[in-house]
Amino acid sequence: MSATVIVFLALIVLVTFIGLFGSRWRAGDLSQLAEWGLGGRSFGTLITWFLLGGDLYTAYTFIAVPALMFGAGAAGFFAVPYAALMYPVLFMAFPRLWSVAHKHGYITAADFVRGRFGHRGLALAIAVTGLVAVLPYMALQLVGMQVVIAALGLDWNVALPVLGTVSVPLILSFIALAAFTYTSGLRGTALIAVVKDLLVYITVLAAIIIIPTELGGYGKIFAAVPAKQVLLAPTPAGSLGAGFAYVTLAVGSLLALFLYPHSVTGLLSSSSRQVIRRNAMVLPAYSVALAFIALLGYMALASGVKGMPQYAQGFKSFGNNFAVPALFLHAFPGWFAGLAFAAIAIGALMPASIMAIACGNLFTRNIFKEFIAPDCTPETEAKMAKLVAFAAKLGALFFVLELQTTYAIQLQLLGGIWICQTVPAVLLALYVRLDPRALLAGWAVGVGLGTWMVAELGFKSSTYPLHILGETIPCYAAVSALVANLLVSWLLTLVLRGSAMVRDETAAEDYA
Amino acid sequence: MKKFHPVYLFLLIPYAAWAWVPFYNRVEPSLFGIPFFYWWQIFGIFVTAASILPVYLYQERRK
Repeated sequence: MSATVIVFLALIVLVTFIGLFGSRWRAGDLSQLAEWGLGGRSFGTLITWFLLGGDLYTAYTFIAVPALMFGAGAAGFFAVPYAALMYPVLFMAFPRLWSVAHKHGYITAADFVRGRFGHRGLALAIAVTGLVAVLPYMALQLVGMQVVIAALGLDWNVALPVLGTVSVPLILSFIALAAFTYTSGLRGTALIAVVKDLLVYITVLAAIIIIPTELGGYGKIFAAVPAKQVLLAPTPAGSLGAGFAYVTLAVGSLLALFLYPHSVTGLLSSSSRQVIRRNAMVLPAYSVALAFIALLGYMALASGVKGMPQYAQGFKSFGNNFAVPALFLHAFPGWFAGLAFAAIAIGALMPASIMAIACGNLFTRNIFKEFIAPDCTPETEAKMAKLVAFAAKLGALFFVLELQTTYAIQLQLLGGIWICQTVPAVLLALYVRLDPRALLAGWAVGVGLGTWMVAELGFKSSTYPLHILGETIPCYAAVSALVANLLVSWLLTLVLRGSAMVRDETAAEDYA
Repeated sequence: MKKFHPVYLFLLIPYAAWAWVPFYNRVEPSLFGIPFFYWWQIFGIFVTAASILPVYLYQERRK
């Protein structure tokens, strides 16, 4: 066994143990949903920093962003404005969500919508949007695992009935994930996040020092990038050009990010609104790391790994997603590559765990309790959430094993657009209360329009060129759909004004 | 409605830094071989974190 594999396995075993024993840390009554699924709302500034950092900057980000830079150049750097500009929004809006959720015991965004608007249909729409968007995201985390497993050369496969040939390491990591999520809930995940983030920072620091030195400096690295891709394409006459697409991609993504179920779970697990406000100032440290991780794509170009025969199989199986693993194998000593791969693998398991917990919270609170068993006890509620979290992970595993990865990527693309359509009913609702029926109509228009635009593009891109007054406007479909959504929501609210409105259980002072 | 305090304008700075793409979609001036397009945006992350601070301090003092 190589040093790479030994270091990798040792770290994975370590975090699995940490995860399993996490339930004893600040032990709470895990038969209560808020204890299991929100860690008892007990995390302070530092733990929340690790938890949200691990939650928002996932393994898939670490693989896909540099892969995009590797293939498409400057356009892939939109991840940086996205990961920076979300913080003023986090700072202003989300302490309000924390306060109102704390006051009324909400644990999901749909809980808040239910309380704010008293409209079950709208709350259901928000819950379903969250579930549908987060599932393919989870599946992509397992794709990240697959890439790492392939890079480690762990091709240990067995033939199973029904499933066909499956990778044993993938199944084992799935079992570890399921076990610690079930026993420890968000507490175990938070502890793992600490290890994961430290490994990520060590890897990034080493990468930005060692690799440019080996390659002869940043000047040489950028010289390896095709000249047309170093910058965004120049703007042609009669079009707003690639720059507009770049900015709308960043804006649409940042509006959606904190509305994803796993983000809401991470935010609401903090112990006070103060924790969220402070984190808005210290979380950008991860964005700096992300910017350099994005540049790893260029370092992979400059190192020439794509042309090397030993990585040909990996590129064939995973395309550009193999660029960063190949770079690590090429540029790092064996044991350090093992550490870097462990960072990516844990970076896949940890967010996947929060995503599964978020699915459990959403389904139990907003579908099971709301529509199926309104009188269920808190114990049943917590048990149900654990089971759903398990089922969600099983679904993600099945997705990765049985369907083509392309579907997961396309669904994740759509998921981002759909989540963005919950902005008026969740984010905006922290400030203004539109009519719930109007919001539901706006949501339907936004989801329909966004899906249609992406379908028109053959599910390959999410930048749909609008033609307005002879001008071509290439715009991220989530943003143009959101504009339509907001218009419908606002106009219908004006039309419906005066007709009977249901009670708002939240009061203005609940948000402060 | 609470009275608006100008300190909140700080929060617009990061958005202004990214809004006008032609300004930063250029190679020169480069820094340590990194084109302007890239280092400007990395610098922007620090600007973003820093622009939240005055608002945070203002809100703390007002309590």
